[in-house]
Amino acid sequence: MGRIAALTRNPVMIALVAMLAVAGCASKKTPNSAADLGLNGAGAATPGSAQDFTVNIGDRIFFDTDSTSIRADAQTTLSRQAQWLNQYKQYAIVVEGHADERGTREYNLALGARRAAATRDFLVSKGVSASRLKTISYGKERPVAVCDDISCWSQNRRAVTTLSGAGS
Amino acid sequence: MKSILKPLLMIAAMAMGMTAAGTLPALALVELNVNKGNVEPLPIAITDFQGGDALGAQISQIVTADLKRSGLFAPIDKSAFIEKIANPDATPRFDDWKVINAQALVTGSVSKEADGRIRAQYRLWDTFAGQQMAGEQFFANDANQRRVAHIIADAIYERLTGEKGYFDTRVVFIDESGAKNARKKRLAIMDQDGANVRYLSDGRSIVLTPRFSPNRQEITYMSYESGQPRVYLLQIETGQRELVGNFPGMTFAPRFSPDGQKVIMSLLRDDGNSNIFAMDLRSRSTTRLTNSTAIDTSPSYSPDGSKVVFTSDRGGRAQIYVMGADGSGQTRISFGDGVYSTPVWSPRGDLIAFTKQSGGEFQIGVMKTDGSGERILSSGFQQEGPTWAPNGRVLMFFRDSNGGPKLVSVDLTGRNEQPIPTSNFASDPAWSPLLE
Repeated sequence: MGRIAALTRNPVMIALVAMLAVAGCASKKTPNSAADLGLNGAGAATPGSAQDFTVNIGDRIFFDTDSTSIRADAQTTLSRQAQWLNQYKQYAIVVEGHADERGTREYNLALGARRAAATRDFLVSKGVSASRLKTISYGKERPVAVCDDISCWSQNRRAVTTLSGAGS
Repeated sequence: MKSILKPLLMIAAMAMGMTAAGTLPALALVELNVNKGNVEPLPIAITDFQGGDALGAQISQIVTADLKRSGLFAPIDKSAFIEKIANPDATPRFDDWKVINAQALVTGSVSKEADGRIRAQYRLWDTFAGQQMAGEQFFANDANQRRVAHIIADAIYERLTGEKGYFDTRVVFIDESGAKNARKKRLAIMDQDGANVRYLSDGRSIVLTPRFSPNRQEITYMSYESGQPRVYLLQIETGQRELVGNFPGMTFAPRFSPDGQKVIMSLLRDDGNSNIFAMDLRSRSTTRLTNSTAIDTSPSYSPDGSKVVFTSDRGGRAQIYVMGADGSGQTRISFGDGVYSTPVWSPRGDLIAFTKQSGGEFQIGVMKTDGSGERILSSGFQQEGPTWAPNGRVLMFFRDSNGGPKLVSVDLTGRNEQPIPTSNFASDPAWSPLLE
């Protein structure tokens, strides 16, 4: 592959690739919740609160490069989300679709939209009412991770389920 | 808002002098051939314009910078000049200029008229033929000093290359500031050389992909201001904004038709795919041009309005397609090794510029309108979004490095790459037509 050839010209990148390869084995377990990402301590949130959703359920899923299919690990997360959302019906839901920076701006707006729609459709298939769900694409305009390497890009290729429309 | 584009210029041009411009046979001293090997830039001496206090030197400096950045001219350092021009209307001592190898010489003057206007005049001399090639004078409002210089640079460029220049133009772009995960994005407009930046939005909402109308007074762009990202029109002079169409989902990737009567753009479908529509701005009627379960985006009209080039991933990965302006005959034209997007039709009609991702790099390139003759002009880690200078000889795009995007221009030879100075990060440039 051209990319590998380009990478192997650069020893620093080789080290990085090796590291990622190792990380890749360990991580069928990509971070799927804010807790995994170290954003917050679990357990403290009131059941049914937005914090409960983010911390204990996991508000985001991740995608492979240029892909919109819902991975197995993401299906687990979304099933958990659907169960929670079906329990706490007071929330309206906006699914945000995002892309990494390895694509052009306009294409990535479309890609983010497709990821948001795929996520929405999965939640609907698990019983969440379509009327509660909206989608929005941010393309590559709202990265969460801001370095210039593969580990960052994988965190930015995401769909985030956000809650609105109810108290707490 | 202060006038940016409008009555800007009350420029009156008239041919001057011993040999009036246009009466000589068109004699191009610079040959434009993008397929040739090294094009030797033409050595040219641009003397300080006489009069106008510092203004004369400033005009000369702007003309020099324009011509130099084109890559077609090699302005000679002033310290090498032998003859001190005392009277810009008198025949210069050609031998003094030949000996420093100045093949062309520019003299000129600037003065303030009683009514406050500026009068600028220039003469262009062919030193080896020993004759004047062109001479014109212009009147301008005080606020348009830089434009006068750009117009003179365009006149010199045209006389020496046989093609229209592109210096009296503007660029709309996205000004970006702040951390990468909290970027403030503002619509901005500036002269093509980076001067006279003005902001057209306040940065509260994400704005993207501004593009000029052929009438130069209007831009179309995408904004998140209503919550859902949508395409808008903005009158540059008045600041008046207007939503384009009333669609339930996201609209994006807008561009004007060459007659300015339509906006072509992508609409998000409920299934998550995107199709291309054209909206007539007078009748408000929309026409669907593509209907695929794929991403169809980044549409761009051919300059005669008969065709549209666009990006689609209907074949698996993003590639470039061409169709009739009514959506007929959709045909893939890119077949290289990589992913292609952001195609933009050249104003000359002969080429399509694009962004290509290949081998871990982002490349800016051009191909013929049937997809043949692909040439990569610039490669980098992260760069995209070419826009054409109105003469179809230069592209501007944005390159992300050192923490954020900056604007870069490259000519069709690919050998002359130039940074466009902006005080903040900058992306999504779109070049205006030549101003009027």
